[in-house]
Amino acid sequence: MAVDPEIPTHAARASAAMAGDTLDVSLAGDWQVTALRPAWLEVVGDRQPAEVRLRAAELGSWDTSLLLFVFAAQEWCRKENVRCDTDALPEKVRRLLGQLTSSHETSVPVDRSENFLTTVGLATQDVGRKARDISNFVGECVLSASRLVRHPKKFRWRDCLEEMQQCGAMALPIVSLVSLLVGVTLAYTGAIVLRQYGGDIYIADLIGLSMVREMGAVMTAVVLAGRTGAAFAATLGNMKANEEIDALEVLGIPAVQFLVLPRLLALGVMMPLLSLYANALGICGGLIVAYGLLSIPGTAFWAEMLTIVDLSDIATGVIKAAAFGQIIGLAGCLRGLQAERSASGVGRAATSAVVTALLLIIVADAIFAVLFNALGL
Amino acid sequence: MIDSVSTPALAAPAIEVNGLSAGYDGRVVLKDVSFSVRPGEIFFIIGGSGCGKSTLLRHMVGLNPPLSGTVRFLGRPFSQADAKARRELLKTFGMLFQNGALWSSLTLRQNVALPLEEYTTLSPREIDEIASLKLGQVGLSGFGDYYPSEISGGMRKRAGLARALALDPDIVFFDEPSAGLDPVTSRKLDELIRQVRDTFGTTIVVVSHELASIFDLADRVIMLDREQQGIIAEGPPRELAANSRDPRVSEFLHRGDKLA
Repeated sequence: MAVDPEIPTHAARASAAMAGDTLDVSLAGDWQVTALRPAWLEVVGDRQPAEVRLRAAELGSWDTSLLLFVFAAQEWCRKENVRCDTDALPEKVRRLLGQLTSSHETSVPVDRSENFLTTVGLATQDVGRKARDISNFVGECVLSASRLVRHPKKFRWRDCLEEMQQCGAMALPIVSLVSLLVGVTLAYTGAIVLRQYGGDIYIADLIGLSMVREMGAVMTAVVLAGRTGAAFAATLGNMKANEEIDALEVLGIPAVQFLVLPRLLALGVMMPLLSLYANALGICGGLIVAYGLLSIPGTAFWAEMLTIVDLSDIATGVIKAAAFGQIIGLAGCLRGLQAERSASGVGRAATSAVVTALLLIIVADAIFAVLFNALGL
Repeated sequence: MIDSVSTPALAAPAIEVNGLSAGYDGRVVLKDVSFSVRPGEIFFIIGGSGCGKSTLLRHMVGLNPPLSGTVRFLGRPFSQADAKARRELLKTFGMLFQNGALWSSLTLRQNVALPLEEYTTLSPREIDEIASLKLGQVGLSGFGDYYPSEISGGMRKRAGLARALALDPDIVFFDEPSAGLDPVTSRKLDELIRQVRDTFGTTIVVVSHELASIFDLADRVIMLDREQQGIIAEGPPRELAANSRDPRVSEFLHRGDKLA
């Protein structure tokens, strides 16, 4: 005879019958938490017994499913003020039922709520603590750097070169693409306005000045904040989780000297270089648009650009780039060293490093704008 | 009250911990812990999970500042020492972390060489020779150019021990040396610890709840308890197992008998 696979042959069953004032409930079949089981309210129906007696009859394999059913019966009995007799159930079931009952009674949710004032107070304290951490970290970096100036042999030159390769040479493709496209976009946007006034040639001034003074450094910084800053935070965070930072401390080797300074120097050198490279690529992007869209010859573009871009403009861009590099390095390393000792902690540190770096870069850029304006640069 | 089995006092202590209270983020884990470790002794800090063994070790070696109390190494104050004195003392001890904590960007040889580069004026060739010697002592000859990610967990621990021994320290701390190792590798590491003590007279402090290691290696132990937030027993492990009247101590140590 064919067996319908939809209907289990040993499904959980609970049959109830009244014997005087007592409701006799027989439990049979296999009770599996992954399969369907009878519901207590359906079993009891609208009967009003004075006592409920649960017993196992032809009970097969069972798991938590049976416990949940018996527990529901007990709870119903408690609410209806009806005596519940489970003595006829297997001893293991009764023991586990006891555990379930006690865990149910003791599992009071922990109140983690805080009132508004506490939240504001804690957040204020946190801001103060973070500001202190940043100033301590910057101070520690300056002291370590001054020590290394006196003892240059202690500096990890090899690590620094490796970091230079990572944050400099390896970043060239993405910096090239971003800078070229920024130049192209600026040129297209500028061309729309300048053509209306017949000032096509001034596209060279717009591209040259904006790339050299602003966009070269800022766009390189944005790319490196996402690429290098996050990598620094993740590396240092992972080292912290693996107790590698503790191992340095126990040896009396400051983590700042060993891990942070090589990275800061690498960024301090590579950021200005990458920024100059980004300037060149951005100008090339603008030149392509000027030649293709506005039919301005390359020599004319170059000659016009040189009438407005001078060394002081290039210097301002380079100074900004160096400062942005230090911001990215400091944010990445600080967040990495502050990371919690877990996988999610490392992830949060990387995210926080990028956000911190971008925020500080924008703040620093605004400060530079005011400063250079005041100095007449 | 501490359940103590007395042992004769010998030389001046290598480590003295007095009234140390330890904890994190305002939470006190250990209160008023005091004990001393004699030179050349293999000393175990034992107890159940979460009783504060690793916390005590981290506070002893200065990875976390004590809430109160003092730690002295070789008669000199450590926990309240200034940066210079502290750095001098750090040279006198090594530490093997739970997972080896090798610097992942350096080869095993470079890992062992780093403390020597930092603290000595030896030539690169001499440093290289010492690094090879230390790796050989822990049975890792020929693995000097491997990176930590290329070797097994047991080998990482041995390499960590080689690094901890690089400066020939007076004291070596071990944080759960058996954690994550199979019993055979674990016993080999125990043997290595004994060899270090027997060969160099190094003072050894081990945090562990591995009973086989405790009975095999320990000259003396202190047992910590989470409820009491401090030491509940002190003495040689076999004597404690035989004579302790504290049920927590007997239960913990007699499980070792059952295992054996």
